[in-house]
Amino acid sequence: MVIGLSHYLTVAAVLFTLGVFGIFINRKNVIVILMSVELILLAVNINMVAFSTTLNDIVGQVFALLILTVAAAEAAIGLAILVVFFRNRGSIAVEDVNMMKG
Amino acid sequence: MTVTAAFFYLFATLTIASGFMVIASRNPVQSVLFLILAFVNAAGLFLMMGAEFLAMILVIVYVGAVAVLFLFVTMMLDVDFAELRQGFLQYLPVGALIGVVFLLELILVIGAYVIDPGLVRTPMVPIPPTSVMTNTEALGHVLYTRYFFFFQAAGLILLVAMIGAIVLTLRERVGVKRQNIARQNARTPETAVEVRKVPFRQGI
Repeated sequence: MVIGLSHYLTVAAVLFTLGVFGIFINRKNVIVILMSVELILLAVNINMVAFSTTLNDIVGQVFALLILTVAAAEAAIGLAILVVFFRNRGSIAVEDVNMMKG
Repeated sequence: MTVTAAFFYLFATLTIASGFMVIASRNPVQSVLFLILAFVNAAGLFLMMGAEFLAMILVIVYVGAVAVLFLFVTMMLDVDFAELRQGFLQYLPVGALIGVVFLLELILVIGAYVIDPGLVRTPMVPIPPTSVMTNTEALGHVLYTRYFFFFQAAGLILLVAMIGAIVLTLRERVGVKRQNIARQNARTPETAVEVRKVPFRQGI
């Protein structure tokens, strides 16, 4: 059985769905929500690299590299905001995030 | 070919299983550890697709930096995680519904797509065969010439993220004694040393 593009796309789709599902069921825990976002970005990266290999075009890997950069920056900023929030409020529950009354 | 298939199914199954454990695990520390497992297996998938540089970057940057950052923050925050899981069953039905619908839509799309043959014939930058140059070399040839602006933009994003994280978490503590070198250097023997006559058997 030849492992082709569809196999990788299916893995990425399942991983993406798991990330979205994780955001829904862990509504209170910001740390797990950030991890779910990382899973979603990983699924996107798998898609990028799979298409790059199939179309024999290396630009997809360049863009996957940029997505990795943005994901790392997002994790760093998100965790920094989380630490500051915990220092101020003593909790990381999403429902307590109403200081801006938006 | 069967070995390839076996390794693909091994990596794919482990990636998806650990991805599921990330969101279903009771303890966030275990979630982070499963996230690391998911990243390592995804790196295996990247290797199978021929993106060796990205696979190694995934292991180094994600497992080495981002996942460890998550681990530090999870362990540093003194949070009652059992309390944070209370809405779990409440959100499970709607979350499962949306997840299943979403997954079905994605599978339908994957089952029905057709790649334009013209795209396959004319790639922007074709991947050179591995006998000519390695994946890392090919990526560098493209990244530092044609996509140099994107490379610099990525560096700028990382710089902004670094400065932002420092600015957010830096705090001035009151009551901490710090060394002030200018004040130390400005001291003279007249201001620093005081000569007192001490009366006998009385002290100061």
